[in-house]
Amino acid sequence: MTHSASLTQPGNDTAATNRAVILSALLALVLLVSMGLSLSLGSFPTSLEQVLHALFAPRDSDIAFIIWELRLPRILLAVLVGAALAVAGAILQGIVRNPLASPDVIGITSGAAMAAVIFLALFGTGLSIHWLPASALLGAVFSALLVFLLAWKGGISPSRMVLVGIGLSAAMGAVTTLLIVISDDAAAMVAYVWLTGSLYAAQWQDVLGMLPWLLIAVPLCLSYARHMDAMALGDQVAQGLGVNVLRSRLVLMACSVALAGAAVAFAGGLSFVGLIAPHIAARLVGREFTRLVPASALVGALIVLYADLLGRVAFLPKDLPAGIFISGVGAPFFVYLLHRTRYQNH
Amino acid sequence: MLNHRASRIAGLLLGLALVSASFAASVMLGTTDIAPSTFIQALMHYDPTRVAHIIIVTERLPRAVIAALVGASLAIAGALMQTMTRNPLASPGILGINAGAMFFVVIAVSLLPLHTPAEYVWAALLGAVVAASLVAMLSRGRHGELSSLRVVLAGVAVTAMFVSFSQGLLIVDQQSFESVLYWLAGSVSGRELSVVIPLLPFFGIALLLCMLLVRHANALMLDDDMVKGLGMRAGTIKLLLGLVVILLAGSSVALAGMIGFVGLIVPHMARGLFGVDHRWLLPACALLGASLLLLADVASRFLMPPQDVPVGVMTALIGTPFFIYLARRKRA
Repeated sequence: MTHSASLTQPGNDTAATNRAVILSALLALVLLVSMGLSLSLGSFPTSLEQVLHALFAPRDSDIAFIIWELRLPRILLAVLVGAALAVAGAILQGIVRNPLASPDVIGITSGAAMAAVIFLALFGTGLSIHWLPASALLGAVFSALLVFLLAWKGGISPSRMVLVGIGLSAAMGAVTTLLIVISDDAAAMVAYVWLTGSLYAAQWQDVLGMLPWLLIAVPLCLSYARHMDAMALGDQVAQGLGVNVLRSRLVLMACSVALAGAAVAFAGGLSFVGLIAPHIAARLVGREFTRLVPASALVGALIVLYADLLGRVAFLPKDLPAGIFISGVGAPFFVYLLHRTRYQNH
Repeated sequence: MLNHRASRIAGLLLGLALVSASFAASVMLGTTDIAPSTFIQALMHYDPTRVAHIIIVTERLPRAVIAALVGASLAIAGALMQTMTRNPLASPGILGINAGAMFFVVIAVSLLPLHTPAEYVWAALLGAVVAASLVAMLSRGRHGELSSLRVVLAGVAVTAMFVSFSQGLLIVDQQSFESVLYWLAGSVSGRELSVVIPLLPFFGIALLLCMLLVRHANALMLDDDMVKGLGMRAGTIKLLLGLVVILLAGSSVALAGMIGFVGLIVPHMARGLFGVDHRWLLPACALLGASLLLLADVASRFLMPPQDVPVGVMTALIGTPFFIYLARRKRA
């Protein structure tokens, strides 16, 4: 079995694992420092000392309010959303065996976006905005089911799934555009900012709503890491290694949908995170799934954190949606990555 | 399929009749219905004091002309792209060319004092070239071969990139909201006939090139070696056909924004009826493409009156089932 040599060689593996652990720890450290940095920057100037003071010995002061109620939930949500999108992308790229797959490309994001815009069009912006995440999540699940159903032909071929997803997301994008065009300007603008992806006015309940999805889906997908690595060698090899390909694919796909759907639900359509974060992570730690997932999560968290920080402080007094910066930097970077990886993949 | 020369000619004539009928429907149907006699009268003896005449000349007629022109151009562009890439899913919309042209137009319009399509068509053409080169570069595999899934994914990624840039611009500069939305959604309404005329040379040059290259396009379908027999290198022909695609798609976007799926569906319908010979396929695409967009535009007026649904939304809704059908049929 020469194919799987890279999976089972013990000597190389330990070295690579050590390297991956060190790199991931470094990434985690960078993330922590960045969170601290982001916490102390904003439209209201605060020194690091004041921030630490407010953080660990909170009193009834303006600064404590800014730190605890405005900045901290927003930063935590950015980290969680970035991590979720990145892991969702890493899973999809693994399933499809193609570095160009991502929750945006195969229609999960556009399903969530369509559901959210329908919600905004039906109930306006005033009524119970707390239900927006639920409807977006519902849209993500619905579109993923539809993709599966329409791509089913006695089995699931990854490339057919991608193509069906592309088609569906075009239709759902059309419905979204239609709703925006026919609704009045103010509601349309709200919908548009949301579609671009924004962490504006994030609250603790958003953070608490986002957290369970990561706590469930990430360990679940990691428990299928062996199956994922086997499937990367091809369906037949995986079956030979005793993997139930269809079931593994379904479970992993469900994890990806849950993560992407939840992220879109709480932060809108942040494109390109799910696409580029796994790429960067794979260059750092390789494509083995147990290493790739944590590293992707950290990279994704960093990307969204910095995009949001830029949006918050770079154009004061404007608070721009993080999605603008992620697309602005992410899209060209993605094109560059694609150009580099074109010799490695089919 | 129509196999005999006579039946194909009859088929094309029927197509012409279909275009004429759709064109008439587009002029006459809408929130105000217009009688055929009024239409003829408005063309012959235009009377600027009559409301019906004003509606016809400033609104309905340009709308129908643009729909026919854009529909035909996108369909031909799609057919040529499917031939060049040997991929049934290729089209200016899927492979990002429309999005590239749209983004460059949006940038040009918001930065420079440009007001008519004739002024910013250059931006559209440039954007189409940039997008086409990007996708061509990204979709090549190890040995320079085109992998069909990779072509589509590269196109979708490039589209996503240009669309999200445009959305970003829209949020930063809220003044441009209306106009950017117009480009993103794709619409054939709200233009005067006088802005269409300066663009006609672009379509004309593209069609002329098309006619000269029909036989080469046929050879390209079979084998790159066959092309050498015609005394031209496959690369040169692809470049020239690429130029045709860019002229057609770029000018279409300058007129009507992003309208997807016409370039995807119509070539398949035309191939089913007229076969793969480009001498018949391309005229058939032009006729069917024009009819499809004209009818989609008419339907868009009745979907949720009194609102005009952008025709790009209509074509996406019509086209998606077909795209999924193709994706399922393909041996992947």
